[in-house]
Amino acid sequence: MTQSNRLNGGLINRDASLSFTFDGKSYQGYEGDTLASALLANGVRLMGRSFKYHRPRGPLTAGSEEPNALVELRSGGRQEPNTRATVAELYDGLSANSQNRWPSLERDFMAINDRFSNFLTAGFYYKTFMWPKAFWEKLYEPIIRKAAGLGSLTGEDDPDHYDKGFLHCDLLIIGAGPTGLAAALTAGRAGAQVILADEDFRMGGRLIAETGALADISGADWVDQALAELASMNNVRVMPRTTVFGAYDHGIYGAVERNADHLIAPEADKPRQTLWRIYSKRALIATGAIERPIAFENNDRPGILLAGAVRSYANRWAATPAQSVVVFANNDDAHQTARDLMAQGIKVPAIVDTRPDAADVEGIEVLKGAEIINTSGRLGLTSVQVRTEKGYTTDLYCEALAMSGGWNPNLGLTCHQRGRPVWSADIHAFVPGEGLPVGQIVAGAAKGEMSTEAALQGGAAAAVAALGDLGITASPVDLPAAADAPVSISPFWHVKGAKRAWLDYQNDVTVKDVKLAHQENFTSVEHLKRYTTLGMATDQGKTSNVGALAVMAELTGKSIRDTGTTIFRPPYTPVAMGAFGGRAVGKDFHPTRLTPSHKWAEEQGAVFVEVGNWLRAQWFPRKGETHWRQSVDREVLQTRNSVGVCDVTTLGKIDVQGADAAAFLNMVYSNAFAKLPVGKVRYGLMLREDGIAYDDGTTARFAEDHFVVTTTTANAVLVYRNMEFVRQCLCPDMDVQLISTTEAWAQYAVAGPNSRKLLQKIVDPDFDISNEAFPFMGCGEITVCGGLRARLFRISFSGELAYEIAVPTRYGDGLMRALMEAGEEFDVVPYGTEALGVMRIEKGHATGNELNGTTTALNLGMARMVSAKKDCIGNVLSRREGLNTPDALALVGLKPVDTNETVTAGGHLMNATGPVDAAHDQGYVTSAAYSPILESSIGLGFVKGGSDRMGEKLRLVNPLESQEVMVEIVSAHFLDPEGEKLRA
Amino acid sequence: MHKLKPITPLGGDTPRVDTVGSITITEVVDQALASVAARNDQAGAVQKALADKIGLSLPEVGQSSQAAPYAALWMGPEQWMVMAPHDSHELLAAELKQIVADTASVSEQTDGWCRFDVQGAGLCDLFERLSNAPVRTMGSGTAIRTTAEHLGVFLWRLAEDHMAVLGPRSSAASLHHGLLAAAKSIA
Amino acid sequence: MIINHPLLGPRDAQEFTYLGDASLLNRPDWQAEDAAEAFHDYLYLRDNPAGEHRELWYHEQGDRSWLVVTRNTLTHEILKVELARDVAKAAGKAAQ
Repeated sequence: MTQSNRLNGGLINRDASLSFTFDGKSYQGYEGDTLASALLANGVRLMGRSFKYHRPRGPLTAGSEEPNALVELRSGGRQEPNTRATVAELYDGLSANSQNRWPSLERDFMAINDRFSNFLTAGFYYKTFMWPKAFWEKLYEPIIRKAAGLGSLTGEDDPDHYDKGFLHCDLLIIGAGPTGLAAALTAGRAGAQVILADEDFRMGGRLIAETGALADISGADWVDQALAELASMNNVRVMPRTTVFGAYDHGIYGAVERNADHLIAPEADKPRQTLWRIYSKRALIATGAIERPIAFENNDRPGILLAGAVRSYANRWAATPAQSVVVFANNDDAHQTARDLMAQGIKVPAIVDTRPDAADVEGIEVLKGAEIINTSGRLGLTSVQVRTEKGYTTDLYCEALAMSGGWNPNLGLTCHQRGRPVWSADIHAFVPGEGLPVGQIVAGAAKGEMSTEAALQGGAAAAVAALGDLGITASPVDLPAAADAPVSISPFWHVKGAKRAWLDYQNDVTVKDVKLAHQENFTSVEHLKRYTTLGMATDQGKTSNVGALAVMAELTGKSIRDTGTTIFRPPYTPVAMGAFGGRAVGKDFHPTRLTPSHKWAEEQGAVFVEVGNWLRAQWFPRKGETHWRQSVDREVLQTRNSVGVCDVTTLGKIDVQGADAAAFLNMVYSNAFAKLPVGKVRYGLMLREDGIAYDDGTTARFAEDHFVVTTTTANAVLVYRNMEFVRQCLCPDMDVQLISTTEAWAQYAVAGPNSRKLLQKIVDPDFDISNEAFPFMGCGEITVCGGLRARLFRISFSGELAYEIAVPTRYGDGLMRALMEAGEEFDVVPYGTEALGVMRIEKGHATGNELNGTTTALNLGMARMVSAKKDCIGNVLSRREGLNTPDALALVGLKPVDTNETVTAGGHLMNATGPVDAAHDQGYVTSAAYSPILESSIGLGFVKGGSDRMGEKLRLVNPLESQEVMVEIVSAHFLDPEGEKLRA
Repeated sequence: MHKLKPITPLGGDTPRVDTVGSITITEVVDQALASVAARNDQAGAVQKALADKIGLSLPEVGQSSQAAPYAALWMGPEQWMVMAPHDSHELLAAELKQIVADTASVSEQTDGWCRFDVQGAGLCDLFERLSNAPVRTMGSGTAIRTTAEHLGVFLWRLAEDHMAVLGPRSSAASLHHGLLAAAKSIA
Repeated sequence: MIINHPLLGPRDAQEFTYLGDASLLNRPDWQAEDAAEAFHDYLYLRDNPAGEHRELWYHEQGDRSWLVVTRNTLTHEILKVELARDVAKAAGKAAQ
């Protein structure tokens, strides 16, 4: 197909022809085109369907404010819905499809909605689907869901990478039009750290879209010179294709850089997009202005564009929407569109200007005081109906209309911290008001200074002022002479009598809808927005908000100033979820922590489980084992019968040193540590200040002024944080120093009756670890394997004779191998977290299931561990009456009366007879396992007054699975209650 | 000498080296670490003891100092990380405790950390993608404790084109993956 | 947000963990006669001002300092940042 609407000139590279498809049809464009400009050049005006009425639509704008021309780009995992054709940079092989239509863009079944527009007015959903209530879930919601939305996703994984990054600067300049470029040159030459970001792939803003912006040089040439100079400065970072989408606290801005959206696919390992967090000391909003439409009957046909956009297409992209274009405006600026088109040989039948005193334009008829009252053309404009000042109507044949209701400062980013725009009667638009984000300044058209001259001078002056605040001296650079015409506009919002006159194109909000909202008393701007969905689409109403509230102002008889405006929220334009995810997807969602024996465990074929960020061996399947229980039972039995080894490095280890180390531990633990002898270990319980137990572990004393505290794996970070709180905030005068040593030491539990014999083969002979020399709860610094420093603790979680041995982490792999080799004669077994869990339940040791954030020391059977003789965190409030009732929950063991039955964790306990309900609840099961030693399912749980109810039978109920099992209350210490094994 | 064989944080027998474009990422294992935290009101005494005995002057906030073969990073208020080659100073913590005696608490940190040295012209481009530290204005000798790849790390600028990253040893693979991915991004 | 750490200068709030009202520094005497009442108030009663608020932040991904940050809850303006240990020490001295 020929590019029948391609003009001369423009900033496209005619040497680089690009092929692309739209709805399966092939076209040619040029490097520098957008999808929209290339389609217009090819004579395609129809690009989409509207959201509600499925009206045929073409592009309204030439920028990111586009409400109409939304397409699906690419296919497969890369398919991206609701992409604006007006900013989609053309590349060879681009494939785009229209959306929200079936079976085709030209013949859309759902266009029938347009016929029912009398019903589908504002508030339709609220009014219609209220009754009958039962219809909602089964009928209404599914239908609405099917009809709602525009583009679609394929559901395939996105194959691309997204990066995240952080940038710092003195001055962030958002927008690289005349304002931004003048500011960047000024700040760059002053030596400041500058970031210049623009959402467009070609910088220059209106300078590259207008023909006569500068007096003595073309806008594009001056932009090229400015960019070349900026590129040569090390202190300036020029970022095209970068949308600053949000202004956050204290000068932080969010930006997304589209690294590879203009390529058919990113290069291998290269990001598709990068999400930047920009730390700025000052930020200059130089985002220009956005033109607004005029509301008149059927003002949404393909071929009806904003006048500035038509100029952009003609001047920058050498494309025209049609060969015959009428202009409709209330201001002088739009007249330039007519002049530019004429210069390119395009027919301009007339300028329809609402102002009776509009200026003349050479060579074109200006219909002064006239209005367009209707349009024709089902899939594209064919004519407009004009009502002249004297009231005659006449048809003008044209295939495009360039309209302009004036320009609104593009001030979205000034509102992100609740800045409220204020009405300017000078330019008839909202301009940034008070309460801008910290460090933010606005200049140029974004501030309401609409001429090119004002933009250039304002940008330079803003940079000087911003840097002055930072103590950097800058002076404005020499800037080219530029057009400086004052804004000449007479407010005109909508043609009287028009009903289906679009205000918000994307959400299909018309003048009639605003009238309805007014009639039903939704007159505040916030109510208007929610009732009509005005401005709530992906374009956030950039082209529509002001027009709609002007109509509302008219209806209420208030001024626009008094009517006020809604404000904008981040993001300025839609940001892909992938960019927010960055590289933190799939298994990279969070860092993984590997234990020192990980490599060895992998070699053994271990099954791993995620515990927080840690990967721990859960069990070690052996040949022939087909069910995890077989592996776990074997690991338990072999440990209890001989010896097993488990990696327990993940437990937190905190080094506590200092003259007041013991006093400090007395404060953080409920029980006393001051008198713990050197070379001994003690179990400790930590409470929250409200008296609830939250962590436990063992603490070893290596010297008078040196302890090593162990925490649970899950709470390592929290305990450390709380200990620093006590140290710095509550006991600031104590001489105590803390540091985490969790990762520095590889620590293994060696458990079972043969554990000592095994360790004696590893521990160097200088160290006597016999029962007499190294009794239960002993600890010491030793050497192993011929001189390697190590720490040995005689502690037991399994209830067996057991030790924990630690060596520097780099030797952890070697030590595991050495233990396995030395243990061969004892048939040593590695065991994982499942066997660890089974053995601790058999022994009745509490873990996070029991220290679950609701239980006290009393509940845990450790009331005596809260020393009354000293202060500690949680001491006072643990004595609250409510926590110390005679029937308080007590930790007990539970056994099914019939050993074939299973104890289920989470189940609740009820008396043997009586009702099963919350009022009669006797407690609950916290942990359960199959004990291969007892050959029965067992559990731990809390029972009201449980310590005095040994032998009592209760019903364990699990109503979710209609389960009811009779269990007996027994001691939580199923195994070796006297602890003889530990001391053997 | 004991008979246990060490492995590197990445699980290898020898340190890993990767070159991507202009960037070289080297796993560094010949490094012993010990934290030195001054006891109450003893900061001056600690600084004097280390200066006198090994010539190491402990650095100011956010800085590092060197006195071959020793180096030190500022870690927190009156707390420093001292380092020396592992081959010659494996017992660094004990060595330092001898020097500072009761003026400071010393803890072995050697294997609490992994270290990757990143060298090359695109250093700043790489770290901008990993960390919020102001890498472009970090002078040589600056040491910042911050996050990279969701991990708590030290970034230690050794030269214009040389940054050392110290991170938690158990997450060495994740940190290395992040460094490699960023290097490929900018290559 | 940016917290201007008294030692390290401006740092991203992402590096910090928030605790809450800085009145948590004023832990009551456990042996006082009204200890139960005092601890109840200390733990559970908080002002929720629209405006200046002194609060505790912990530089978890940094130097592990606890900070007292004075912040305007309406504007997020940060008016003052102190090391909590210095604040606690000064309070301890004042009480003596």
